[in-house]
Amino acid sequence: MSATALLGRRSRVAPVPGLGLTLGITLAWVGLIVVIPLAALAIKPWELGVAGVAQSLAEPRVLSALAVSFGAALLATLVNLPLGLLLAWAIVRLDFPGRRILDSVIDLPFSLPTAVAGIALTALFAPNGWLGAPLMAAFGWQVAYTQAGIAVALIFVGLPFIVRTVEPVLRDLGRDAEEAAATLGATRPQTLGRVVLPMLAPALLTGAGLAFARAVGEYGSVIFIAGNVPMVTEIAPLLIVIRLEQFDYAGAAAVGLAMLVLSFAILLILNLLQRRLRRGRR
Amino acid sequence: MSERFRPAHADAPWARALLAASAVLVAIVMLVLPLAAVFAEALRRGLPVAIGAILDEDSLAAIRLTLIVAAITVPVNLAGGIAAAWAVAKCDFPGKRVLVTLIELPFSVSPVIAGLTFVLIFGAQGWLGPWLQARDIQVIFAVPGLVLATIFVTFPFVARTVMPLMQEQGRDEEEAAATLGASGFQIFSRVTLPNVKWALLSGVLLCNARAMGEFGAVSVVSGHIRGETNTMPLHVEILYNEYQFAGAFAVAALLALLGLVTLAAKTMLDHAAGRRAGGAA
Amino acid sequence: MSIEVREIVRRFGATAALEGVSLHVARGEFVALLGPSGSGKTTLLRILAGLEGSDVGSVRIEGEDMTGVPARERRIGVVFQHYALFRHMTVLDNVAFGLRVRKRRPSAAEIARRVRELLALVQIPELERRYPEQISGGQRQRVALARALAIEPRLLLLDEPFGALDALVRKDVRRWVRGLHDRLGISTILVTHDQEEAMEMADRVAVMERGRIVQCDTAEALLREPATPFVAGFLGEATRLDCHVRGGVAHFDPLPLPPLRVTLPDGPAQAFLRPGDIAVHAGPGPCTVRALRDAAEERARLVVEFGGVLLDATMAGGQPVQRGASCRMALRGGILFGADGRRADAEPVVRVLAG
Repeated sequence: MSATALLGRRSRVAPVPGLGLTLGITLAWVGLIVVIPLAALAIKPWELGVAGVAQSLAEPRVLSALAVSFGAALLATLVNLPLGLLLAWAIVRLDFPGRRILDSVIDLPFSLPTAVAGIALTALFAPNGWLGAPLMAAFGWQVAYTQAGIAVALIFVGLPFIVRTVEPVLRDLGRDAEEAAATLGATRPQTLGRVVLPMLAPALLTGAGLAFARAVGEYGSVIFIAGNVPMVTEIAPLLIVIRLEQFDYAGAAAVGLAMLVLSFAILLILNLLQRRLRRGRR
Repeated sequence: MSERFRPAHADAPWARALLAASAVLVAIVMLVLPLAAVFAEALRRGLPVAIGAILDEDSLAAIRLTLIVAAITVPVNLAGGIAAAWAVAKCDFPGKRVLVTLIELPFSVSPVIAGLTFVLIFGAQGWLGPWLQARDIQVIFAVPGLVLATIFVTFPFVARTVMPLMQEQGRDEEEAAATLGASGFQIFSRVTLPNVKWALLSGVLLCNARAMGEFGAVSVVSGHIRGETNTMPLHVEILYNEYQFAGAFAVAALLALLGLVTLAAKTMLDHAAGRRAGGAA
Repeated sequence: MSIEVREIVRRFGATAALEGVSLHVARGEFVALLGPSGSGKTTLLRILAGLEGSDVGSVRIEGEDMTGVPARERRIGVVFQHYALFRHMTVLDNVAFGLRVRKRRPSAAEIARRVRELLALVQIPELERRYPEQISGGQRQRVALARALAIEPRLLLLDEPFGALDALVRKDVRRWVRGLHDRLGISTILVTHDQEEAMEMADRVAVMERGRIVQCDTAEALLREPATPFVAGFLGEATRLDCHVRGGVAHFDPLPLPPLRVTLPDGPAQAFLRPGDIAVHAGPGPCTVRALRDAAEERARLVVEFGGVLLDATMAGGQPVQRGASCRMALRGGILFGADGRRADAEPVVRVLAG
């Protein structure tokens, strides 16, 4: 009898019971809520044929909306990287009055409904708002109803993702590596640049990926502050809503699919980048 | 000597002060001011006006609908989340990584796309549209659609908070319980659940907050029928677009309060979980 | 380089980690700081490295006061307890780090040459392209050592460096590190809680207890003339027994042990009986053999039970014994500490066997 046959005969004992039941529930749940609907999205556009999908996506308004969504998400993520690092550093490494409150407040964008955030940011950055008025008076900047407004909303939405992914890594970092660098003669800036930052880089990248994915698809907090002028401040999710209102299901699905494919491609690139950074580390 | 000594991992006092000050400034501008703006705008015409706007018939209907949607969504995702976490953390089966990826997928899908997928299936021109129409069943522009879209959007919360903790705790205790003769349900309720209850509660809170506050996904499937398919966030949008700012911000303030309560509860839960973990270590 | 530590005091809040510690390490000497956890040995090491400040006292290296000199300017090599290797750097980059961050950094070629030299010295030249997570614990330790040596340290500090290694590897690495020290001649301080490690590796062992160095001497002197009951109990495998001195004789009652002659004033005392002080003879008697060690050797070590007390003892002669066998026992001597802390060596009153 061959070895594989022997292995095949070995009775498979599951030490912890419940696999059948829990896996059954899980598969039903995932299948009905996630897999089938997303399959519908993947299939629907092709009712138009390949040429039809291409034509539907090549409309200047679609291209502009995708560019606005992805551009603003990228900008917001780039702004959020240093801001998130700063906040994570403050929570973990600094001790000042109000640190605990700061720690809780960071999760606000997670628990504040997006529509609420949207009208709040609009009120804040409107030309007569608390921040909008001084910005207008001092620099002549208008934030609300411009692309800058979209970026502001996406910064708000994405900030906690970066803080919360960097924070545990920073906590785990301990003092060892920094102390070792000091005993080897490194100055503080050298230690931060050559030791601390590279060690945080994978977490920063992960957080950036999460924040970016969230920002690309964000709707509620953006549509109030964006102004929604076609070709200027119209985001891709809004275009989906507009096409649905015109009962152009396939066209809406085409935009949705394009968004998903694009953002997964970007996440994949981030993932590969991260793997390069992590090489050698498990 | 001790006053002059600065540990190797510490920055200069001025640098620390500068960092702390900028962190607080960022948090105030980006996080606290928007929240303050909601309440300021809601109270601009006085508390009675705000309360009046909330007690308006349509607002009350929106609140009722929001509660109904959350009451269905949370238990569904709680059950699914626990089952998934158990299967992934405590058992072995092929395709585990694919399953985990699928569970986390809704986090990286736009809520609008989430709503869209259900329109594609249940909408008038969707796969099941004609069949449903023939039987006079409304899914899209009705409560079932709202529930489905909300379940999709809040799908990963419970699973994501409980799964890593269960994985970290390993299977030792469950295996020990099994050797002592406990049944599957006994193992879960007496061994696993006590170990993850804080995380579970925290996941439920987040799931609930998002379910009540979801906007994009329900906006697509709702049809915005006042008094019928309007949840609170959608009602905020309608009032806002009708320039009824006081009413919009009053309802928004109620939602913001919900967010604040969630935040406070979550902070307390994390604290409780952290203290327990610290005590066990 | 010679190191002079004077009267260091360090308090964390209300608790004192170090209470007036002084220590001299001669050029090229290997000194071990030995003590139970919480005795302050790691705090002392961190103060030497400049990673921690002291409240009172001074550290001088070759006569130069180190007060206010930051860690990065001290040129003290530290091998951390868990090595603290930089995870994101290869072995080569780890070792080169100290050379690359210098104000006047050597050329790339010079750095590469030096790193190769060091990796050859620690016998892992083939690992230069690996990352810390890809190599074994013993190899990581060699990398940490090479990294610390790269800055040409004036003093090498080893913080429990062998704790993470398994027992078999540990023994080899210990001897190898001591050999390396002898070859390079760098003054070295080792922190450990393992007495075997301290006594095998170091020229002198400083025994620490609750923030003080209670005795600093060679291993032999520590065993023969422990300064305090703590040292006598912490080193070696002596059994501690309470006794009472009356007229120059220590009595162990109610234990039925033979008395010992000792020059201590009357009063209560503590006796430390080393395994060699307790001689066991095979044959019927009041003692029972409970465990055997090195049974095949001439002077087998064993644990005997006598009057409800377990004693570490040595086989004095006669037939081999087995677990559970009965036997006789004699006391050849012991170290006694009087109530005033005075130490005296004891000897048998009469050379008779117990029972």
